[in-house]
Amino acid sequence: MDFINNTFAVFPALLVAVPVVVQLALGAMALALVLGLLIALARISSIKILRGIATFYLEVIRGTPLLVQLVYIFFVLPSIGVEIEPVPAGILGLGLNYAAYLSEVFRSAILSVEHGQTEAALSLGYTPSKTLWKVVIPQSFVVSMGPIGNYFIAMIKDTALTSVIAVTEILKTANILNSQTFQTTAIYTAAAVLYLIISLPLSRVVVVLERKARSSG
Amino acid sequence: MAETIIEVRDVHKTFISETKRSLWSRLAGRPHVEKRVEVLKGVDLEVHRGETIAILGSSGSGKSTLLRCINKLETIDAGRIYVNGHLIGYEERGGELIAEKASITAQKRTDIGFVFQHFNLFLNKTALGNVMAPLRDVKKLSATEARDIAVPNLEMVGLGDKMENYPSKLSGGQKQRVAIARAFAMEPSVMLFDEPTSALDPELVGEVLAVIKKIAQQGTTMVIVTHEMQFARDIADKIVVMDQGVIVEEGPPSRIFTVPQHPKTRALLSRSGILPS
Repeated sequence: MDFINNTFAVFPALLVAVPVVVQLALGAMALALVLGLLIALARISSIKILRGIATFYLEVIRGTPLLVQLVYIFFVLPSIGVEIEPVPAGILGLGLNYAAYLSEVFRSAILSVEHGQTEAALSLGYTPSKTLWKVVIPQSFVVSMGPIGNYFIAMIKDTALTSVIAVTEILKTANILNSQTFQTTAIYTAAAVLYLIISLPLSRVVVVLERKARSSG
Repeated sequence: MAETIIEVRDVHKTFISETKRSLWSRLAGRPHVEKRVEVLKGVDLEVHRGETIAILGSSGSGKSTLLRCINKLETIDAGRIYVNGHLIGYEERGGELIAEKASITAQKRTDIGFVFQHFNLFLNKTALGNVMAPLRDVKKLSATEARDIAVPNLEMVGLGDKMENYPSKLSGGQKQRVAIARAFAMEPSVMLFDEPTSALDPELVGEVLAVIKKIAQQGTTMVIVTHEMQFARDIADKIVVMDQGVIVEEGPPSRIFTVPQHPKTRALLSRSGILPS
């Protein structure tokens, strides 16, 4: 009984870290969506050099651990004079990383839009770029909603990695509490439960989004 | 003679498909084999203002390709296609065809309505949204102006009560009628129909043909690729029969359907039960 009471007792102390997690996740997701779409467009572009740059970026990001990328941004960049505060560094690291994965979601979604949609737009006088932005991309977003939601949930959990670059998110807050009170079991159980409380409702939302995407069209 | 809207002169078109090679022959660096099919072998056609032309022919005769070349959904290898006196998708320099800027082609395509066999409605938009989209995106009309044009067009095709439906909630015949309204609302100088009823269940063909007939009776210039012989006979001013990439016969329906000259025309008509075999 003590264990459960203790877990409840440390909850409020951890809750103060939730706004930081929200800030990290929303900021990084916004960055990842915009950059991811640009990378996807570069990957399907007819310009060879754009395709090359985008593919190189993708390989570098996917071939190295997110933890290493975060450490690199926070500890290595200052040596060349680029100093970034912990939270912005976390947003940048998570955003750059997830942009690579989201670009693959966008790319396959764009390619999955039927060619007939493109032909219809062209026949009505849309230019190729207008066809892409007004017809193809809006439809690809519907298809991407589910996968984007899943990556968002994964990203929320990955915000825990930013604890190593001095962001006082949930895990870092738990670490600090632990070093003060040594209630290790209660503190880390509460932290784990807190992540669950955030991610479980979100996965329900994703299921609904996926169902919606399937029913349209 | 009324003015010429479409002029097709000696158009040639070859499809090149690469045959699939096994991984082994690719690794061994064997040269790939191109498969060439000449689908248009010198086609000439004139369409005048107000005319309705029906193109008939068995599958693979090149009739759909010809139609798709007219608004440059397909490129051509040789020859010229003029719509309202302008080349579509090309400019001519020193006797050569050179691809023109995509934005100029787009501009010219607003004057050519195209109706597809598989409707190709925008799946993320309602019936009304589909008709309004090009008016807003291409013609840059305001939402109110676009709606004022779209609504009567949807009513004209008999879908005044389905305007808020998404394509997934429409039957094939309804989808095709929306597609016709979408193309027609742009007020093109010619409407091209590429087998507009071939993808429909038999009981839905009639409603679409009725709409096309209505548009023809308004004096719209149109070219229809179709397998509906009786319909073609009803509405066309001129029948064009294609076979293996060439036009084998053309003339008024009264003559084509009663005294066809070419053996291919006779074969086509007897297959569809118009002529006794």
